[in-house]
Amino acid sequence: MSFVLTEDQDMLRETAMAFVQGELPVSHLRALRDKGANGDDAATRKKLAELGFFGVIIPDEPGGETFGLVGLGQILEAQGRTLAATPLLQTALIAASALQLGGTPAQKAEWLPKIAAGEATFALALDESAHFSPYTIATEAERDGQGFTLNGLKKYVPDGHYADVFIVAARTFGEAGDRHGISLFLVPKGAKGVTVTALKTVDSHGAAHVSFEDVHVADAALIGPADQGADILDPVLDRAAIGMSAEMLGSAQSAFDMTLDYLNNRKQFGQLIGSFQSLQHRAAKMFVELEMTRSCVAAALGAVDAGKPDVAELASLAKAKAGELVHLVSNECVQMHGGIGMTDAAEPGFYMKRARVQEALYGSASWHRDRYARLNGF
Amino acid sequence: MAYDNAERLEEFRVETRKWLEENCPPSMRTPMPDDEVVWGGRNATFKNPESKLWLDRMGEKGWTSPEWPKEYGGGGLSRDEARVLEQELRRIKARPPLFSFGLWMFGPALLEFGNHEQKARFIPDILKGKTRWCQGYSEPGAGSDLAGLQTRCEDKGDHYLINGQKVWTSYADKADWIFCLVRTDTSTKHEGISFILFDMKSPGVEARPIQLISGESPFCETFFTDVKVPKDQLVGRVNGGWDIAKRLLQFERSSISAGGFGGTGGSGILGPEDYAKQHIGTDEAGRILDGDLRGRITDHRMYAKAFSLTVQRQTEQAKAGQAVGHTASILKYGAAKMNQDRHELLIEALGTEGLGWEGEGFDKNAKKVTRQWLRSKGNSIEGGTSEINLNVIAKRVLGLKEHQ
Repeated sequence: MSFVLTEDQDMLRETAMAFVQGELPVSHLRALRDKGANGDDAATRKKLAELGFFGVIIPDEPGGETFGLVGLGQILEAQGRTLAATPLLQTALIAASALQLGGTPAQKAEWLPKIAAGEATFALALDESAHFSPYTIATEAERDGQGFTLNGLKKYVPDGHYADVFIVAARTFGEAGDRHGISLFLVPKGAKGVTVTALKTVDSHGAAHVSFEDVHVADAALIGPADQGADILDPVLDRAAIGMSAEMLGSAQSAFDMTLDYLNNRKQFGQLIGSFQSLQHRAAKMFVELEMTRSCVAAALGAVDAGKPDVAELASLAKAKAGELVHLVSNECVQMHGGIGMTDAAEPGFYMKRARVQEALYGSASWHRDRYARLNGF
Repeated sequence: MAYDNAERLEEFRVETRKWLEENCPPSMRTPMPDDEVVWGGRNATFKNPESKLWLDRMGEKGWTSPEWPKEYGGGGLSRDEARVLEQELRRIKARPPLFSFGLWMFGPALLEFGNHEQKARFIPDILKGKTRWCQGYSEPGAGSDLAGLQTRCEDKGDHYLINGQKVWTSYADKADWIFCLVRTDTSTKHEGISFILFDMKSPGVEARPIQLISGESPFCETFFTDVKVPKDQLVGRVNGGWDIAKRLLQFERSSISAGGFGGTGGSGILGPEDYAKQHIGTDEAGRILDGDLRGRITDHRMYAKAFSLTVQRQTEQAKAGQAVGHTASILKYGAAKMNQDRHELLIEALGTEGLGWEGEGFDKNAKKVTRQWLRSKGNSIEGGTSEINLNVIAKRVLGLKEHQ
């Protein structure tokens, strides 16, 4: 199993942790918010590229060694610690995975080196309603002789407000809800007919609604075989859920550490509030949940790298557990901070806001619980 | 170096496999019915004669506890060799030769705190299953506040004299010897406790079984009236028993949580999802019709999976030298919650089928669930209540301060 990191992965983790603490503390997100940057942070992207974080799962040459998803998971956990707004999940994980799993040799040759170098950012344009439902795709891609014409509206596309390229899930056959008939396309943001509407979101990371009106793409834009995009999408979304779980684990850990620190410093009735048993037991229960979730996330990351058959089950386990955990801890973080926790000047609120976005993307805890039950035959 | 080690281990594996092939009797490679569990001791009975053969052979090699020192009859195996043995035993689905509080709790503590004479006297008989031990910890007035125990132990010059009462003494009516916490100084609390051993046949010892809400139980009330104990049977120093007591509790919590209270259920008992499907039914997609119950069963199944992954993770990290302290309390707390949730769901999914007590008209396994459901309520009480375990986590792991 993979519960113990390799030396290289451990160094990567140390580097990532030091980087976010030093360069991307929560105050950085606050500053971005206050100047209206909406999570669009080119300076940080440049630093991430210099650290090589975009290429963690991309080998130098085909078939070569990488840090694996376990390695990337360490970086995502680190960015979760300080709620850093980066394109790593969309670009370094989702786009790199989609291209590696389904891309043509030409697509791989064109895009993977650019991703690794931090020269292109991607966004997966998937959801069309307010809830994650990956096969409920009505966006149409019609064959037009020299390729396809896309029409449809994608909602709440993370990183969509600044990404260079969209990976668009569109329907080439069947009806919304069918697994068969979905195809994936690479669409540059400048393509004629693409309209990006930036969204100001509760977590200050931003997102975008993206509409496609008679957008023409060539055959070469198709990732994988037509109609069979779900064969790529499914494993990509499992990895996305796992990567997001790692980020959520990091956020929960930080919110917990912050709470513990407050319990050990704040005095009322002449006592440290952390000496009150009602708070001690709640803190202890959170810690148990943290430990359990950490195990689930580590198992899921490791299962992808080892090519285990139970990735889907572990992805649902990790995302559901991380979802429950991050709400529990961020809510307790606000509560245990008392009045100060309600102020914008303090940081607990940032964690609670981001937690809701983390939960909604790639399947809520409830969605994943349902899938876990289905995968287990009940 | 690593290569040599790997080669040596492989040799050990071959030898072990051969030995097991020749020495593990056929019926010891089949699932163990409840009434064939071997607890050993002076009055041991063996329903299946091969159980005795298996115990004797394993005990002779010290493989009932493979890593204990050879000097005292243990297997003397390295951690790696013990793992190989464990794998080979699992490979042939061998039964554990012995269930024993001596192996799980008392032995590890005695090896750490006992003197040479005590180890030489008691450890070999634990390994061979010749002495069955019980644990004298809780008292009517000392449960969670264990250090409040009052059983008196007076120094009478050439012996100790013990008076008092213990409760929740598992199998006291069947055990040969007891490891017991006693008070040797009444002027202080934790520093006035000693750890002492004596024969349950000593004059003045009486054990009475306790009936629980689930029916019969292994627990007893145990009374001591002027029990004389030789002075060489006190372990460690006088008034130094609390450290031994705490260490032993860690062994106890680990052994409880490693098994998750047998959370996978006894033989023949299905999972809550199976009973729900059977008694409530499913839709055309195979989902349990009661959506609310289905959700709660899923929650539980996920918790159980997360728990077992956590046990795995901590085992691996410990092997890699990254052990985190006090994991026993975390796992004990989680195991209790897991097993109780499981039984609440089992009894709920069974509906009225789960409400039988005895006699005809109910499925045999369903009646077992009913009893286990009631018994599981003790999981968050025995071996340190869940609240005490949360205290331990809060103070020792998280570093939260005592109330002043």
